[in-house]
Amino acid sequence: MYGDFDVVIGLEIHAQLQTRSKCFSSASTDFAKGDNENVTPLCAGMPGTLPVLNAKAVELAIQTGLALNCEVQQRSVFARKQYFYPDMPKGYQISQYEEPICQKGFVDFYVDGEKRRIHLERAHMEEDAGKSIHQGEHSLINLNRAGIPLLEIVSAPEIKSPKEAAAYAKAVRQILRFVDVCDGNLEEGSLRCDCNVSIRKKGETRLGTKVELKNINSFRFIEKALEYEIHRQIHAVEAGEKIVQETRLYDSTKNKTFSMRKKEDAQDYRYFPDPDLLPLLIEDDTIENLRQSLPELPMQRMERFQNNYALGLDDAELLTSEKELADFFEKVASESGNPKASANWIMGDFLREFNESKSSFQNLPIKEKQLAQLIQLVDSKTLSGKMAKDVFIEMWKSGKDPQVLVKDLGLSQITDEGAILKMVQDIIGANASKVAEYKAGKDKLFGFFVGQVMKASKGQANPELVNKLIKEELSK
Amino acid sequence: MQIHEMGVKATVQALKERQLSCKEVTEHYLKRSEKLNPNLNAIVCANEDVLVQAEALDQKKDKDGILFGAPIAIKDLFCTKGIKSTACSNILNNFVPPYTATCVSRLQNEGALILSKTNMDEFAMGSSNEVSLFGACKNPWDQTRVPGGSSGGSAAAVSAGLAPAALGSDTGGSIRQPASFCGVVGVKPTYGSVSRYGMIAFASSLDQAGPMANSVEDCALLLEAMIAKDSKDATNAPRKVGPLINLQIPSIKGRRLGLPKQYFEGELSEGVHSAIDKIIDLLKKEGAELVEIDLPHTSFAVPVYYLVATSEASSNLSRYDGIRYGLRVEKDDEGLPVKDLHEFYSITRSKGFGEEVQRRILLGTFSLSSGYFDQFYLKACQVRRKIYCDFQEAFKNCDALLAPVATHTAFRLGEKISDPMAMYYNDVYTTAASLSGLPAMSLPIGLDQQNLPIGLQIMSPPFQEDKMLELALKIEELASFKEKPNVW
Repeated sequence: MYGDFDVVIGLEIHAQLQTRSKCFSSASTDFAKGDNENVTPLCAGMPGTLPVLNAKAVELAIQTGLALNCEVQQRSVFARKQYFYPDMPKGYQISQYEEPICQKGFVDFYVDGEKRRIHLERAHMEEDAGKSIHQGEHSLINLNRAGIPLLEIVSAPEIKSPKEAAAYAKAVRQILRFVDVCDGNLEEGSLRCDCNVSIRKKGETRLGTKVELKNINSFRFIEKALEYEIHRQIHAVEAGEKIVQETRLYDSTKNKTFSMRKKEDAQDYRYFPDPDLLPLLIEDDTIENLRQSLPELPMQRMERFQNNYALGLDDAELLTSEKELADFFEKVASESGNPKASANWIMGDFLREFNESKSSFQNLPIKEKQLAQLIQLVDSKTLSGKMAKDVFIEMWKSGKDPQVLVKDLGLSQITDEGAILKMVQDIIGANASKVAEYKAGKDKLFGFFVGQVMKASKGQANPELVNKLIKEELSK
Repeated sequence: MQIHEMGVKATVQALKERQLSCKEVTEHYLKRSEKLNPNLNAIVCANEDVLVQAEALDQKKDKDGILFGAPIAIKDLFCTKGIKSTACSNILNNFVPPYTATCVSRLQNEGALILSKTNMDEFAMGSSNEVSLFGACKNPWDQTRVPGGSSGGSAAAVSAGLAPAALGSDTGGSIRQPASFCGVVGVKPTYGSVSRYGMIAFASSLDQAGPMANSVEDCALLLEAMIAKDSKDATNAPRKVGPLINLQIPSIKGRRLGLPKQYFEGELSEGVHSAIDKIIDLLKKEGAELVEIDLPHTSFAVPVYYLVATSEASSNLSRYDGIRYGLRVEKDDEGLPVKDLHEFYSITRSKGFGEEVQRRILLGTFSLSSGYFDQFYLKACQVRRKIYCDFQEAFKNCDALLAPVATHTAFRLGEKISDPMAMYYNDVYTTAASLSGLPAMSLPIGLDQQNLPIGLQIMSPPFQEDKMLELALKIEELASFKEKPNVW
């Protein structure tokens, strides 16, 4: 893919753990609050204030670790990572360093129909910093985010391409969302991704000098930023230059990466165990209970969908891309008794309307039961496929049950052969010249007759019967 | 008897029985401060509302609380809502916290009033109370001498009768040494027994708040109010100590009391040594068994302490950056605006912190630096454990340890200020108990030839404050130390 070069990528994913209060303070994490409204004296780093660990954050970190197949540690230690920055109120960030809460682990996912496994080195808890907003000569600081709990998920350097990196990141996001520990919103920063990338000559076993890419806020940009960076490194090496260990920022508007700081400027963070916090000790029982409470994970669910509902890999992948979508599908499938049709409806009309109207599963205009009823109306031939699509759109607009709409719109299908025959005969009688043309060999006119009958029946005539009867009548 | 001669317990009693009013008591101490503090400089900030608060207490029907109406002086290290709390540092010279330290609220919950804030070494970093934003505090026994530090203001205030009791903090001896220098009782509780919330941090793994008063009983009363579980401090333990009110003077017949031999070697002055010997003799006469104890790692306590404490301090003091509160310097010495963030930090912190604080931040930053961490900070933590194990062994052989608090009595102002190492070695007898988290206290037992008070240190196993204070009651009785400085 890159000529003589292999690519080695490792990802550090920072996931915001969905807690109501911050990691070490009672301040709210509500994203909708005004600037600096979610700030206690502790969040502002005031003298004498002390951190107290949020038990819920630990619970979410354990659940995430288990979902990522990690070894959850019975003992972990919070350390201080020290550096000065205006949006870091204490002059240090509380993080885990030598003893993180989760060690090892792996994530399975598919790339181009092939199953891949990326191993994790660790996942550790830490608090977020605040946000600086630079306005000309002034900088403003919003501490709402300062102290929000994060889990940093560190992959092994074994990702082989930008595409695989993006797929891995998506898989992690999907797991986080399934376990319901993080909303995975890259734009709002509840999920952030740093990429470490290096290249080496094929056959070389030592790792090349790595470059860290920061500031990437979409999966597409993960791919694009890495792609750009790999080519930059290859060009540099081919031109006889040395790769410098550095942190680079990705600028999505220019699709380029820029050097932010070289390794020589790297700070000495002077990590040491935070004396305000005791080592975090977790009982085996706690870990086991949380393991039991884990939902079915995306990979398992996808494989089950393939087996139980006879879905192809792509369909199963799409239907399990979000937990709510998978739940929705399973409910519709079981209520309608027709998984195949349920999958088609959901992947087609449903997702089209869903995406176009920017809906969410919290405020869906239609319920699983209603879609299942619609599918049954088709299966019982009360509605034609075409009519059902129209009814679906009405359902989406009004939220009404399909039966009600069928009645309201006078839509139920006409399957009475006598009634249809009457309409067919009327149309043929009224279009003698067209009948002659058809009989002279203008086959295309068949569609005209079908259209006329459907129009006369207000679309309610069963199309199969219409076809059959027109054919019979015209051949007389 | 004058009000300031009554002590906390008798004052509270008199207030509850309406023999005195809170207003009278408070006014008495305010008047004494007005008269004596200009020379002593023990108090740096008054609670302007204290008289109003005293009157409000007088109006109350229920006179509840074991400290009802007692006006207490608070070391300026403790945050007090609405009252400037500076740690005697320029970097916090304008800081008025929107919260009160838990241990202060506990005193208030028992009816105590915040009388004033007391002088201290900047950020509690010192043993003489000479390095303070507000200038040096003087020893009431001899105003050419230091009161000790860092809780020098609290010790001096209690010793001079400017308050019946005070709150201090002890990181490596900051309650015990000034208590000793000023002839008052000072208790450093077990690490984790008193909440640190709202106490401006110096070294988190060592800092403990404690009471200072003119009697063991009064210290016990304050401590009773202070020791309780606080959910705002993760290092705070559930209360394990038994009740501290109505402690009785125990019989010490057959009690094994340890004398750590390393504490009686080297630089210990003749005066301090003989005063302790006198107490030892009295204890023996009462039937106590005095045993020699070996604490082999004692000589490492000062270096270990100064590595651990400065490392933690370098981190704890990072928050003072001029961004959100406190001193903010945006122009350099020539009046030109700072050119970047780095210069802003550097000027603000250089102007905000005194020389000693800067020295300790630099020391601590160095010992946590990559390449030095293992050699200094980590090694210090390992030796700290050894020091703790020494005590664990010792307490298998005795109930408590008796030792000097300091090698000498109060030294002269300016005597050690230019020699940091000499100043640090002041803490030679107090740092080991701090590093081990043990409860320890200083109790006045006599005067030396220069008429300066001498303190005896008692160290106890963790969470045995009740037993330690009972023993202190006994020694207090035996020592019968009644002298007061002439400002009394």
